[in-house]
Amino acid sequence: MSGLSTRQRVLWVAVAVLVLLYALFPVASILATSLKPAGELQSGRFLPQNPTLGAYEQILVGGAQDLFLSALRNSIGISLIATAIAVILATLAAYAIARLDFPGKRVVLTAALGVSIFPVISIVTPLFNLWRNIGLYDTWAGLIIPYLSLTLPISIWTLSAFFRQIPWELEQAAQVDGATTWQAFRRAIVPLAAPGVFTTALIAFFIAWNDFVYGISLTSTEAARPVPAALAFFTGASQFEEPTAFISAAAVVVTIPVVVLVVLFQRQIVAGLTQGAVKG
Amino acid sequence: MASIVLKDIVKKYGDGFPAVKGVSLEIADGEFMILVGPSGCGKSTLLRMIVGLEDITDGDLEIGGRRVNEKAPRDRNLAMVFQNYALYPHLTVFENIAFPLRLAKGTFSQDEVRRRVEAAADTLELREHLDRKPANLSGGQRQRVAMGRAIVRQADAFLFDEPLSNLDAKLRGQMRTEIARMQRRLGTTTVYVTHDQTEAMTLGDRVAVLRKGELQQVASPRGLYEQPVNLFVAGFIGSPPMNFVPGEVRDDVLHLPFADVPLDDRLRSVVGDRRLVIVGFRPEHVEDAALVEDGSRGVAFRADIDVTEWLGSELYAYIPFETNPEVAKKLEELDRELDGEGLRSQVVAVLSSESRVRDGDTAELWIDPARLLVFDPESSENLTRDEEAARRIDAETEEERRAALERAQRREAASGGAEDRERSASARGAA
Ligand SMILES: Nc1ncnc2c1ncn2[C@@H]1O[C@H](COP(=O)(O)OP(=O)(O)O)[C@@H](O)[C@H]1O
Ligand SMILES: [Mg+2]
Repeated sequence: MSGLSTRQRVLWVAVAVLVLLYALFPVASILATSLKPAGELQSGRFLPQNPTLGAYEQILVGGAQDLFLSALRNSIGISLIATAIAVILATLAAYAIARLDFPGKRVVLTAALGVSIFPVISIVTPLFNLWRNIGLYDTWAGLIIPYLSLTLPISIWTLSAFFRQIPWELEQAAQVDGATTWQAFRRAIVPLAAPGVFTTALIAFFIAWNDFVYGISLTSTEAARPVPAALAFFTGASQFEEPTAFISAAAVVVTIPVVVLVVLFQRQIVAGLTQGAVKG
Repeated sequence: MASIVLKDIVKKYGDGFPAVKGVSLEIADGEFMILVGPSGCGKSTLLRMIVGLEDITDGDLEIGGRRVNEKAPRDRNLAMVFQNYALYPHLTVFENIAFPLRLAKGTFSQDEVRRRVEAAADTLELREHLDRKPANLSGGQRQRVAMGRAIVRQADAFLFDEPLSNLDAKLRGQMRTEIARMQRRLGTTTVYVTHDQTEAMTLGDRVAVLRKGELQQVASPRGLYEQPVNLFVAGFIGSPPMNFVPGEVRDDVLHLPFADVPLDDRLRSVVGDRRLVIVGFRPEHVEDAALVEDGSRGVAFRADIDVTEWLGSELYAYIPFETNPEVAKKLEELDRELDGEGLRSQVVAVLSSESRVRDGDTAELWIDPARLLVFDPESSENLTRDEEAARRIDAETEEERRAALERAQRREAASGGAEDRERSASARGAA
């Protein structure tokens, strides 16, 4: 960046500010709305005149607690399990793809890509019928399975790109040094693969965490409904009151873990993404 | 310590490519054997079969008298230095070197590990870098760490795969002597792969020249230089490489593009009734006629010098020539095999630096016909090869090798004894 002239630097800053505004304005708007008392929702102003934490109280400890907390529990549980399964399967698949020469390698990769570009909305109806027939409707497993179809392809792709740039001679060097196949994998490859696996896990988690279409279509009760879907079921204090503030508050709450994770691990994420991208 | 014996080793890769086509080679205990050849000739494949990283398609591999074809790498007790060093980036230099010891669980105590790693680090002057990570080291230091990992345990043999090819020229020279010294001192059987003929000539007790998966010749460096079996070996060994020119035999005279050499008994008998041969001679065997004291043995000739390069110690003179179309194809093919650029047909002469020959001169040069090698243009075979002389050279080098090994180990025993006394003295002092 040191080679930039003043003009270029100004331009860069301007572009960065524009992008930031574009990305953050909705977030700021939701945050502002979540702090507005019921009477101000229609005020037409951006900032609340009399900010209040009432909406948060309502969803975390008040009347909407049942709806929100159970949804939060579902979201966390389902996303974590889906992520764990996706990462384990993808690690094994990617290891095999990067490391071994076997017939059908390209088929696996292409199929993964095909699955990931298949529009979600077009399979949700058949899935709805199928799930009802076999009893997976409105269960955790009923969401985890379709989430795997979203998270596995991208996990396999990022991880195999990542694995491909690990120098396999390390594994061979370890074997010559006296390691068994398993020891060589564990002591020479796993420590190198960890950042990539970690990045992939984060990406997979976010995909599951943010899903709305499956969440709303394949659940009907608190047994499995995740937060993004539950937001649609919030109601106001009375029939005539809009639940906008509650929804905004809930949206802010579910954004927090994402922001925290990204802020904590941004270095690993960038490293993991660029390593996979540049050398894959 | 062990001998390594290869019997008709064949390697066919999964895609059916025959990378090694029946190589037989006996590497004696304590010997420094070089595998050399242009890139892609199957050197690495051969080395990786010895160490066990590549399956052997056919043939027998014996280490220390036992067949090991089916053994896993870790059961062969060999140490290998990889081309890119293959250091573990997440471990410190100390842990990298200690890695093989840590894998042999229960064999070495913590103190023993420390003592051995430090001894290896001292040998390689890595003592002050033990706590650093490989990423922060220079190329030469990384190379030494890789060697440290190899010498830290008592491996039966060392295997090197182009260990110096990632270093710059100066460092390469230093590490070359370092490796030679280490091998002499430890007396461990060593197989060293390189495509660099200088490394091959300077390091090895014996050199095996490979071409397209086939062994061409195994001999001492001097044996290869003086008595090559064919065009390929002759062209590969030596720098600058041997000159090849067409030689037409007419009226008992060998006509070269710029000189006419009357056939003597030796040449007459090897040429036989051939009318066209390929003649090879080393650049260093051409002299400036003005500087030759007794020119009676040789042939003087005039040649148009295109370009000269004065290097201080010597002078390179380049002489373009018109090649004979009948051998042009053969020579072009050879040039391609030797990774050449096939630019133009020219002869290089390495003259004494006192020579006054300059660019554009028509110079009076001189060569001794006894130095000329004659090759069959069909089979590429060296017709002038003297089996008797070749055997004598190899016997001499073998004798020299044994003597050098003994000397190095006597010296090592003497200094090692002194060190031990020092250590026990300091231990007593500490107690
Ligand atoms: N895994 C492989 N599969 C198929 N062919 C290979 C493989 N590895 C090497 N080869 C081929 O075998 C030949 C010898 O390779 P290698 O032993 O690496 O050559 P060198 O080390 O002499 O440069 C080359 O032509 C190369 O293309
Ligand atoms: Mg190689």
